[in-house]
Amino acid sequence: MFVELLTPDNTLFSGEAEVITLPGVNGSFQLMENHAPLIANLKSGSIEIKDKNETQTFEIKSGLVEVLKNKVVVLV
Amino acid sequence: MANQKEIRARISSTISTQQITKAMKLVSATKLRKASEAIVRMRPYAEKLQGIMGNLKDSTEDYRLAGYFEAREAKKVLLLVITSDRGLCGAFNANVVKRVKALLDGEYRDALNAGNVTLMCIGKKGGEALKRFGYEINLDLVSLTQNASAQTAFGAMQGVIDQYLSGEYDRVEVVYNKFKNAATQILVNDQLLPIAASASEASQTNNDYLFEPDKVAILEDLIPRSLNTLFYRALLDSLASEHGARMVAMDKATENAGELLRALRLAYNQARQAAITREISEIVGGVAALEA
Repeated sequence: MFVELLTPDNTLFSGEAEVITLPGVNGSFQLMENHAPLIANLKSGSIEIKDKNETQTFEIKSGLVEVLKNKVVVLV
Repeated sequence: MANQKEIRARISSTISTQQITKAMKLVSATKLRKASEAIVRMRPYAEKLQGIMGNLKDSTEDYRLAGYFEAREAKKVLLLVITSDRGLCGAFNANVVKRVKALLDGEYRDALNAGNVTLMCIGKKGGEALKRFGYEINLDLVSLTQNASAQTAFGAMQGVIDQYLSGEYDRVEVVYNKFKNAATQILVNDQLLPIAASASEASQTNNDYLFEPDKVAILEDLIPRSLNTLFYRALLDSLASEHGARMVAMDKATENAGELLRALRLAYNQARQAAITREISEIVGGVAALEA
């Protein structure tokens, strides 16, 4: 799936990923390939984007995620 | 006719002025490029936000969100005035000030007379000008123009939103120059709060989204976020417009200096020629007197 991590100033991450872990308001959750469409609030915590061979972590204060057709857009 | 020395001094001072305006123009062009890149960089974020908002439009009437949309009588007004910190950019700041005055003398006259208009100036020039006209200015945000990052802008706007929700203001409006292209700025005053019933037909894609935790809770986060983004966008627009305006103003100034120089050089050469002619005729006259 394709993941984009956007801030008003910049695009922090843009690329393919296998698993992404997000800090949801009701607890941390993971998204994988072919997830159902979703819009969710995020609270402060860390986002982990896992690709085949590497993992990137970002700290956020709050955010919003939209999943649609194997495209994950995270707004922080 | 002015003497040669005077003209020479004026020529050299005009040349150095021209060099300065030329340099300022180049600097502005570079800054303009940077500023418009910042606008481009934030576009995907703003668009996505709009898109999500569109998907949640049907829930905006929930009573928990009424604070944002409910139109109250505009008794207490907050005007956010975005100008630049520096001058030499044509009518850039004057236009903003003029619009603010028009608003204060027109729509918000009653609120002004009751002392319920707060002017929050972002950028030194607007604050200074409005103060000269005798308006009271809240200068809390004046420094926001320098290195405006999303974070500082969001923080400032969040404060304004909180004050609005607690009833300190009934209406929040922002006056700034919208960036169209390098040579064109559009002066606008946008109402930020209450949020006008959105005429924007954000395409409602009917995907059966899961909402986590629920639509209203998402909107409670989304609405301030999009207001913050609007405000930040206004700041970036104003910054880009400022550099555009300065670039045009300095280009004109360079051109004018060139014209002035041409006129001065002509006058200088005329004066020089006249002096030579006079000298020759004096010599010729002197020789004739000796021969006589």
